[in-house]
Amino acid sequence: MAKRVVVQAIAAIALVTLLSPVTRGQQGFRRQLGAVYDVDFEGKKSGPAPRRSVSGTWEFAKGGAEGIQADGAKAMPSDGKPEHELPFTPEGRKAFMAHKPTYGFTQVPSALTNDPMPGCDPQGLPRIVLHNAHTEQIIQTPNQVVILYQFNKKWRVIWTDGRALPRDPEQPAWAIKDAPPPESRWWGYSVGRWVDDYTFVAESNGFDDRTWLDNAGRPHSDAMRVVETYHRVDADHLEKTITIDDPKYYTRPWVALDKLPYRLQSPSLEIPEQECVPSETAKYDRLFANPAAGVTP
Amino acid sequence: MRKTLVALFTIASALSLLATPLLAHHANAVFDVGKRVTVKGTVTEWFWANPHCLLRFDVTDNNGQVVHWIAETQAPPNMIPFGWTKQSFTAGDEVTITLEPVKNGSPLGRILQARLPDGKTLVAGAAPVAAGAAGAPETGR
Repeated sequence: MAKRVVVQAIAAIALVTLLSPVTRGQQGFRRQLGAVYDVDFEGKKSGPAPRRSVSGTWEFAKGGAEGIQADGAKAMPSDGKPEHELPFTPEGRKAFMAHKPTYGFTQVPSALTNDPMPGCDPQGLPRIVLHNAHTEQIIQTPNQVVILYQFNKKWRVIWTDGRALPRDPEQPAWAIKDAPPPESRWWGYSVGRWVDDYTFVAESNGFDDRTWLDNAGRPHSDAMRVVETYHRVDADHLEKTITIDDPKYYTRPWVALDKLPYRLQSPSLEIPEQECVPSETAKYDRLFANPAAGVTP
Repeated sequence: MRKTLVALFTIASALSLLATPLLAHHANAVFDVGKRVTVKGTVTEWFWANPHCLLRFDVTDNNGQVVHWIAETQAPPNMIPFGWTKQSFTAGDEVTITLEPVKNGSPLGRILQARLPDGKTLVAGAAPVAAGAAGAPETGR
């Protein structure tokens, strides 16, 4: 009898815990309209991975909210835990402390932030995938991999024609003699190659240092190199890893996204529109963010 | 036996509720995390926008004073999966809103759920999501 009570009690607690939105995950399970997730295919095995292909529309395998990284890069959130302390150089730490993010360990109220993004400045790479990452569509052409991002309706090109990454972004190797050097870019300059039939690696440099790495205000310098690894696990899955290599601001490269799994979607899945609208942001600040922080602009 | 189970169920429920503020650390600094306020009022505007949607509604207090409340939700693409639309509210709708208020006492908050005139309830997801820019955010702002 006593044993039965205990078993039933455990079952009851387990049930309540499962029903609690909190334990279902920080953001809860969210289904992008029309999207499918691993939970829809439990017990079913995926087919083999196609060779040298990352094309298709990709959504997070474990739920639509998996890409939301409010407190900073998913593998290294800004939560004050020693294991998530980034290997800042003194210059990097100084840059981090100058940033006033609205989330993470050093958060301030929205009205007091100096985050460039809410005013609709470009997020750039890698923040596009280290903050509010959403559905992506990847298009492969003979000489490019093009990625279309839902968030703020952005896209970028990764060159796959064998050109080298500029050694010095100010003086690219392929630049026509006497041509003006390209300006630094919000999205950097990206080249990619297949390291084996199932692993595509993109490297980017030439970044504008005004962007933040993530929503927690992690900084990068103009010396940053971003390495993205796309590993095609099987017919339905792709894993994305992002490594930050910025010797000016960090003493060693660090992994910001660690094998985040995506699931291939129907080719007819529509990516929702999500734009940054300065006039709407201004209204939000006036009606909500400023009074919530007691700020009179 | 049944009593024991009911008691255990209650304890488990209470523990789950207590866990909320500890885990909901994604909150923006201005919110009084874990606090819940339920108010009944009349919608004056539903602003379907980025980075956050805003619901403006008037609440008449016990002294007959009208308080103008403004409550936010996440950006549209994050609300649509939970059944919210641009047509969810119209000016004049009588609604009951449960929200997490801001700390400074202003009539501002983050909507947790909304009961509509037809009795239907809209829930704003599990916990606050990040704001970002699509406007700004689902995280961050």
